[in-house]
Amino acid sequence: MTDSPRRYLKPSVFWSIRQGFPRWLQPILIAASLIVPVLIWSFLSYGGYVNPKFLPTPTEVISTGITMLGDGELMVDIFASLGRVMAGFIFAAIIGIPVGIAMGTFYSMDSLLGGFVRTARYMPIAAFVPLIIIWAGIDEVSKILIIFFGIVFYNATMIADAVKFIPNETLNVAYTLGANRLDLLRSVILPATLPNILDTLRVNIAGAWNFLVLSELIAAQNGLGFTIVRSQRYLQTDKAMFCIVVICVIGLATDFAFRLAFRLWLPWAESKMS
Amino acid sequence: MQTTFPTTLSSSFTHAEPKLEIRNIVKTFGVGKDAVTAVDNVSLKIAPNEFSCIVGPSGCGKSTLLSIAAGLTRATAGEILVDGTQVPGPGADRGMVFQHYTLFPWLSVADNVAFGLKIKGMPKAEQKHKVAYYLDIVGLSNQAKAYPKALSGGMKQRVAIARALANDPEVLLMDEPFGALDSQTKEQLQAFFHDLWAKTHITVLMITHDVEEAIFLSQRVFIMDRNGQIKKTIPINLPAHRELDMKLTADFLDYKREIVHLLR
Repeated sequence: MTDSPRRYLKPSVFWSIRQGFPRWLQPILIAASLIVPVLIWSFLSYGGYVNPKFLPTPTEVISTGITMLGDGELMVDIFASLGRVMAGFIFAAIIGIPVGIAMGTFYSMDSLLGGFVRTARYMPIAAFVPLIIIWAGIDEVSKILIIFFGIVFYNATMIADAVKFIPNETLNVAYTLGANRLDLLRSVILPATLPNILDTLRVNIAGAWNFLVLSELIAAQNGLGFTIVRSQRYLQTDKAMFCIVVICVIGLATDFAFRLAFRLWLPWAESKMS
Repeated sequence: MQTTFPTTLSSSFTHAEPKLEIRNIVKTFGVGKDAVTAVDNVSLKIAPNEFSCIVGPSGCGKSTLLSIAAGLTRATAGEILVDGTQVPGPGADRGMVFQHYTLFPWLSVADNVAFGLKIKGMPKAEQKHKVAYYLDIVGLSNQAKAYPKALSGGMKQRVAIARALANDPEVLLMDEPFGALDSQTKEQLQAFFHDLWAKTHITVLMITHDVEEAIFLSQRVFIMDRNGQIKKTIPINLPAHRELDMKLTADFLDYKREIVHLLR
């Protein structure tokens, strides 16, 4: 018998996998992940390595942004886009949440709705844009529909999966306490999936902003996506970049709002999605 | 009403009208050549106020049998009767305590205990009174407002027991309720649950693979074998009042020896 050497796990700070992570390292790494791209951008633009028409400097983008905010047009764009995103997002939640819960709860609904929903999820929404214009015209309705169809199927399937993760015992104990199916839906399945519903909405609102830009490619008169496309036509890269920054900031703010709502409203739960 | 109990109970049970009757239950999984019989024609009569346990090796079908008794799993054949009436599905008459995921994490301890009462439509004031009473019995009045995630495993099971009892079930079914706890907590809960049963004399059918636990708590122990049949019924003729030290007495160890041999 050969004497194989004993192997031990070497301790590591940076590569630690669920073995603790020092508090001080986290903000440093987060800062690095945000600062490094800005540094690369600054190096390329200030250093004059690229044509400033293609890549303006950070200071140019910020000063353009300040003028855009000053002349009021950007605020119109922000509110127009925000309105479309909220409308599409809310409709997708109103339809997606009950459909997802029904699919996750009842075998029958899973087959009846799931076949369509799971297929539709793979449907490239961009390919449907021409059809949506034919069906719904070129005004607000078609833009909201694009956002709605872009995320509603994801809402439904993610929520259906969350319902299926409720342990059988949790449902069984409710039955033995006298719950009927309606009690089960209202008093067990809905509260048990509430954290996942909130997490699903938080993840999918990012998708809503993606589809907004797509929807504003269609004969829009205003909006952040519209402004980005128009800036491209006049080679105003600084304007386009500032609009992207604005979308990012709004995205971060909604994310933060969802996290805050989660913490305040569901103190018993833990969010597992990042 | 205070019922008086003889020191040995088991002999009187066989003659009383059963609270819970398991009649010719068969459960097969799969079909044709691959069919597996988990429960093979089991019949049990549980008398009112009786505490009985089913012990058996893991995979012997005892959990399936209890789940059928609760109405949560459909039997291939046979029927379940409560107070002589056949029951078609789960209901509040057969309360249950599980080993895992027992509490609703989104409800406070008090709201967990009130769950069944709320469903029944019991008036708020009465609910409050009942919740307070049962939380006091399980010694968790101070934790009433806490969420389950703040409780230890033993505390969670005590809340689960309080919740089941507050609902006034005819029979309490327990599926290895102390199986996931460390041995100290487990013994504490056994003693606690014995005292609780001595006070309430609720009818209990419990499943466990812990032989000592079965003897300590029960008046009758059913031995289930790997074929899904009840191999033997052993009446436990030990004093009605029991303390943990009893586990070391000769009588107790005789029972343990007999059961352990039967399980081999």
